[in-house]
Amino acid sequence: MVLKKLFRRQAEPDVLLDKGLEKTRRGVFLEITRLFDRSQIDDELFEDLEMLLIQADVGWDVSQQLVRELQQRIRDERIVSPAETREVLRLEMIQLLELASRNRKVKILQRGVPFVILVTGVNGAGKTTSIAKLAQYHKNFGRSVMLAAGDTFRAAAIDQLNVWGKRLDCPVIAHQQGADPGAVVFDAMQAAHNRNVDVLIVDTAGRLHTKHNLMAELQKLRKIMQKHVPEAPQEVLLIIDATTGQNGLVQANEFTKSVEITDIMISKLDGTSKGGIAFSVAKELGTPISYIGTGEQLTDLAEFRPDTYVDSLFFGEGEGF
Amino acid sequence: MFETLSDRLNDTFGKLNRKGRLTEPDVDNAMREVRRALLEADVNFKVVKEFVASVRERAIGQDVLRSLTPAQTVIGIVNEELIAVLGAEQVPLNTPVRPPQIILMVGLNGAGKTTHTGKLAVHLRKQGKNPLMVAADVYRPAAINQLQSLGKQVNVAVYEEGTKADPVEISRNAIRFANERGFNPVIIDTAGRLQIDQALMQELVQIRDAVQPSEILLVADAMTGQEAVGVAEEFNARLDLTGLVLTKMDGDARGGAALSIRAVTGIPIKFIGTGEKLDALEPFHPDRLAGRILGMGDVVSLIERAQEQTDEQEAERLQNRMMKGQFDLEDFLDQLQKIKKMGPLSQIMEMIPGLSQQMRQAKAQISDDDYKQVEAIIRGMTPWERRYPERIDHGRRRRIARGSGVERQDVNRLLSQFKEMQKMMGQFGQMAKKGKMPKNLPFDL
Repeated sequence: MVLKKLFRRQAEPDVLLDKGLEKTRRGVFLEITRLFDRSQIDDELFEDLEMLLIQADVGWDVSQQLVRELQQRIRDERIVSPAETREVLRLEMIQLLELASRNRKVKILQRGVPFVILVTGVNGAGKTTSIAKLAQYHKNFGRSVMLAAGDTFRAAAIDQLNVWGKRLDCPVIAHQQGADPGAVVFDAMQAAHNRNVDVLIVDTAGRLHTKHNLMAELQKLRKIMQKHVPEAPQEVLLIIDATTGQNGLVQANEFTKSVEITDIMISKLDGTSKGGIAFSVAKELGTPISYIGTGEQLTDLAEFRPDTYVDSLFFGEGEGF
Repeated sequence: MFETLSDRLNDTFGKLNRKGRLTEPDVDNAMREVRRALLEADVNFKVVKEFVASVRERAIGQDVLRSLTPAQTVIGIVNEELIAVLGAEQVPLNTPVRPPQIILMVGLNGAGKTTHTGKLAVHLRKQGKNPLMVAADVYRPAAINQLQSLGKQVNVAVYEEGTKADPVEISRNAIRFANERGFNPVIIDTAGRLQIDQALMQELVQIRDAVQPSEILLVADAMTGQEAVGVAEEFNARLDLTGLVLTKMDGDARGGAALSIRAVTGIPIKFIGTGEKLDALEPFHPDRLAGRILGMGDVVSLIERAQEQTDEQEAERLQNRMMKGQFDLEDFLDQLQKIKKMGPLSQIMEMIPGLSQQMRQAKAQISDDDYKQVEAIIRGMTPWERRYPERIDHGRRRRIARGSGVERQDVNRLLSQFKEMQKMMGQFGQMAKKGKMPKNLPFDL
């Protein structure tokens, strides 16, 4: 099964889950395949294609744009075979994502300076689970990781991070529930310095981007970090749930305005959603999508690659990584 | 971020108005906009197709072609149809023949099941019941702690057996426990799961068979995209859902997922989650949701936000001061602070219906930065100056300008605008006394 090879590199085989994934995923692959499995290119093809893209949450504007450009190129380049058309579409989609990926900044981990990752997102996006995976990811590179329990609002969020900390064997800096997240971050920055930690990952409470006060709080956390390390947070990660519809774009926009998101992670890609929102975000905001999350295991994290993303979610092929 | 349907329809029909007569293709253009608006609101594309077909039929039947205000007529039809699909009447929770009333909460990961288990418990206790919450999520780290912590906050009992126990056993034992101790209703919080996860879906079926709940609520995030239908269909096929709880409606998602779920499964929307606080659970209002899906102003939410920021006595005191023309810069600054807390200005304006046409213009005129300047100027004044702005002389104006980092004419402009405002308020006050104006002016917005 393609996806398993792509995303669950180190995961244990899970027969039941795989079968489930296979069934639903194949539905879309088949539809896309069937779409181009015809003798000639006609209007119906483009109409159906637009619907398939919308069905994948790519959104009205971007779907329209993709289809229009495809039609244009077919006319200009006198493409007549549906198979070729399919390849043009594939490349177009990859290109769209690459536009944003190019904005990804190379991050340098300096010895003696903690690399601070501020993790944000709306409620239920999967921040805490993603943090655990991210910690594992950095540990795989031999880096020492510390977690900061900046979500002091949700009941038991601190416990949840502590459980992960224990499993990962990472120190967790936490205060009581209801404490000031600023104070937690302050302590964590100091502790990271003192213990010579390579990577500090800061959890934050889920917040809807419409909550003005809470968005301002994120800016405050940033300032506190900068008192210790001027370039911190070196990574500001926005987690977007793959099942999110068009509101994902609004989320990305608002979070970017408040805290200068440097990277986006699409979580929960093990569901049936195609994560089409990535295309809108890439086109409208250009914020690079850097990671994808595919499950509840620590190893279910992969670096985002436009070609594998498009191939595995839309075309059902590709042997990446 | 997205234009509203009424804007687009006005554009579509606006071009045609000059022509004088509308034709059927014009209606098709309008339907295209309806379709787009619904898709941008995340309504499932299959649902959109059927929906637009029925709107089109009615639009042609209802003589949109001859209507003087075709845009309004179309919106009227769309709105009515939306409400019809969403379900016009409130559906209460099912009451079982034999107590206890058992409610099973199911849904994807991160939809808000645990939080809404807590909210539902608070809601039921307000009705004089004695609820029990059951922690059947043994998978997510600290999920049980979360429910216990919620239980402590709102003083509702929680039944749990730790993370080693089997969720089916936990649920069965919880019912026995509830019967012995007289708890009713029992709300079971289950783990989030993907609808395609066979093993975990089977577990839900087993829980259902073991406890025979009178209510199985699907908890769904208002931000969900096209897959909402697939998710709801699968949960419904396995479990026969009895209702939907739509969460995170305090954000700005249009909530088209609710329409999709309702259209495909026919299950009623029973509750709307509107905030992080445990009393933020509301019964469902189809008209409000319909307006929201269409991206029309949401005055009710605006008023609610305003209410969060003001208490009633304070508002009344302020209103009296306004009526008597005693409203000073101190009050003004206070009001500015409150508006600021409600969110960015552009967002507040989007909630006001009918404003959207001129909104883009207005947005360019008033920005949050202008606020800052006004605030800086007022903060540069002494309390005496704020109370008697009319007595601020040239020397003082110069000092205020220097102190707040603006030009002197900025201070002058603010003061003269404020004088105008005071005058107007005074007039309103006079009119109200004579009974010409409604008494409750929305000034405290």
